[in-house]
Amino acid sequence: MKRVPKRTTVDMSTKLGRLEFSSPVFTASGCAAAGKELDQFIDITTIGAVVTKSVMLNPRSGRATPRMAETPSGMLNGIGLQGPGIDDFIQNDLSWLSQKGAKTIVSIAGNNVEEFGKVADKLRDIPGVVAIEVNISCPNVENRGQVFACDPYAAADVINNVRRNVSASIPLFAKLSPDVTDITEIAKSVVKAGADGLSVINTLLGMVIDTDTLLPKLSGKTGGLSGPAIRPVAVRCVYQIRKALPNIPIIGMGGIRNGRDAIEFFAAGANAISVGTTVFNDPEACVRIHDETAEILQEKGIRSLSEIISAAHREDL
Amino acid sequence: MPIVHKGTVVDVKKVGSYFVLTATAADIPKDFKPGNFVAVAIGDERSSLILRRAFSIYQVNDRGVYGGTVDIVVSPHGPGTDYIANLKRNDPINLVGPLGKPFSLPKEPVPCVLVGGGYGAAPLFTLAEALTARGCRVDFILGASTQEKLFGMLEARRISTTLSVTTDDGTSGVMGRVTDVLPDVIKKSGAAVVYACGPMQMLKAVSEVATLHGIVSQTSVEESMACGIGVCMTCVMPIIGEDGVTRMLRSCVDGPAFRGDKVRWDEVGTIPADTWGAPEIGGH
Ligand SMILES: Cc1cc2nc3c(=O)[nH]c(=O)nc-3n(C[C@H](O)[C@H](O)[C@H](O)COP(=O)(O)OP(=O)(O)OC[C@H]3O[C@@H](n4cnc5c(N)ncnc54)[C@H](O)[C@@H]3O)c2cc1C
Ligand SMILES: Cc1cc2nc3c(=O)[nH]c(=O)nc-3n(C[C@H](O)[C@H](O)[C@H](O)COP(=O)(O)O)c2cc1C
Ligand code: FES
Repeated sequence: MKRVPKRTTVDMSTKLGRLEFSSPVFTASGCAAAGKELDQFIDITTIGAVVTKSVMLNPRSGRATPRMAETPSGMLNGIGLQGPGIDDFIQNDLSWLSQKGAKTIVSIAGNNVEEFGKVADKLRDIPGVVAIEVNISCPNVENRGQVFACDPYAAADVINNVRRNVSASIPLFAKLSPDVTDITEIAKSVVKAGADGLSVINTLLGMVIDTDTLLPKLSGKTGGLSGPAIRPVAVRCVYQIRKALPNIPIIGMGGIRNGRDAIEFFAAGANAISVGTTVFNDPEACVRIHDETAEILQEKGIRSLSEIISAAHREDL
Repeated sequence: MPIVHKGTVVDVKKVGSYFVLTATAADIPKDFKPGNFVAVAIGDERSSLILRRAFSIYQVNDRGVYGGTVDIVVSPHGPGTDYIANLKRNDPINLVGPLGKPFSLPKEPVPCVLVGGGYGAAPLFTLAEALTARGCRVDFILGASTQEKLFGMLEARRISTTLSVTTDDGTSGVMGRVTDVLPDVIKKSGAAVVYACGPMQMLKAVSEVATLHGIVSQTSVEESMACGIGVCMTCVMPIIGEDGVTRMLRSCVDGPAFRGDKVRWDEVGTIPADTWGAPEIGGH
């Protein structure tokens, strides 16, 4: 039996700008493929939204294995954005999701500014796609592999170009990297360039060395660190951005494992959350975390999720 | 359909250098097919080891006193496998399964050779039963580095026409590798299919012998997995498709059983240049 959220008296609905969701819990890009596999465990139409694996213009093999190393309370991954390319993705994955009636946020990526625009352009008028998440935490092949999200100008260039290639009504979420000196600077820059919301955070760059071979464990040498180990970093990023941009819709993520973790993100300022690495441990996690969050709010006598969003900032206000 | 089973440990038995764990898992027996695996959580929901560990299903039982149960064979050698080996009766255990594509069975009742390396023998016993039920002759080969690491000799003898044993150090059976005896077993049994599970190097060698004899091989691979359910893309291998094109396929959902001649063994751990979506020279 597929798990679905329990009924409670707590209003768990949330808003990201004009978009409304019945649950604030989403999947995280790259940790749920395109929803089909998870739908064996949970009814994916009952979670807030499915955020799909970042898709590029062309099919992509990704990196050689080993692509993964386990780390304390987390993991390092270097998948290298393996995927079918946007056309195949629309034909197979998106049509399945829309037929199911799942709310879908499509994550897109590119090797250069133009590629982001081309991928986005293909997503015009595709049913079921409620927003686009722009994964700018990938390397720019035209600028010595410098990650777009680490440079306010490159990040803004991408968002600007995507904005020009999609209909004005589709919200864009820029996904930010925590590997920067001041994440609010990048946040402000992409919002100015046309991002309607922010997804915070992507993985942190890390390395694991095999103590037998004395070589990096991943074939790509470095990889992205995720899981509960990064949660305090993620909560801090959400908090700083909320403070700098009081009204911007934020999807918070990074190491969320249970309802209490989710509540930290909401209090820091997230309007919704994505659950990534935890899904590998518990394929039912998105529904479970929804239930646990609702239960905690109910115990506290809180009637609506919206009451705790940004609560951690109240002394500043 | 795989589900999350919150079960309990029924028994942990030491067998040679392995541990056989029996756990309750109500629905696994009725969905199970030979070659499926389970993904076991390490520790509770606060554990710092987030990733599940994959184990071939050795046996299932749906009519025991405990309801449905599943058995796995664990070779302890790291934090996750040590944790499982140290579990005690009545401890909680969380497993997801049945996972993975099972072995494909021949349509005709043809002779089959089953080759198990170390704990890789685990999934072959239920396979042997399924083959026997179809009228296939089954010949077994078990190999390991040393006698203690052979698994399931008695059982293999019981359900096979012949059993051959090899060890690297000669402590049991023929001194050498499984592939030293495989050609002979294929010839004598008139085998049409070879099934194998064990270390990658063994699978490669078995697959080559099968191809040389003009017969099909089904190999169950072991690639590092983060999710086991097909959502993360960590477990990929270069596999040649029906259309002749190599793709990086997920061994957790497109495998773990693959046709041996479709796996590009020498290029596991690389992206062969002609792979679908391979990087341009100097690209990603
Ligand atoms: C389909 C499949 C079936 C398997 N069946 C069995 C079995 O029947 N009996 C048995 O003893 N073992 C089996 N294994 C191997 C078993 O999953 C690993 O030995 C185990 O995950 C190692 O965990 P560890 O913490 O003890 O070791 P570590 O080496 O510390 O593991 C660290 C990380 O690497 C991964 N990892 C390390 N080695 C392997 C490996 N060989 N295969 C997959 N992942 C690995 C782990 O999942 C973990 O995330 C199987 C693996 C797969 C993929
Ligand atoms: C295996 C894996 C693959 C990922 N792939 C992507 C991706 O394609 N695009 C993206 O924007 N983020 C990707 N991420 C990052 C996650 O979406 C998320 O931002 C990050 O892992 C932090 O959340 P978590 O700790 O809950 O996993 C990936 C993470 C993992 C672990
Ligand atoms: S282990 Fe995640 S896709 Fe296979």
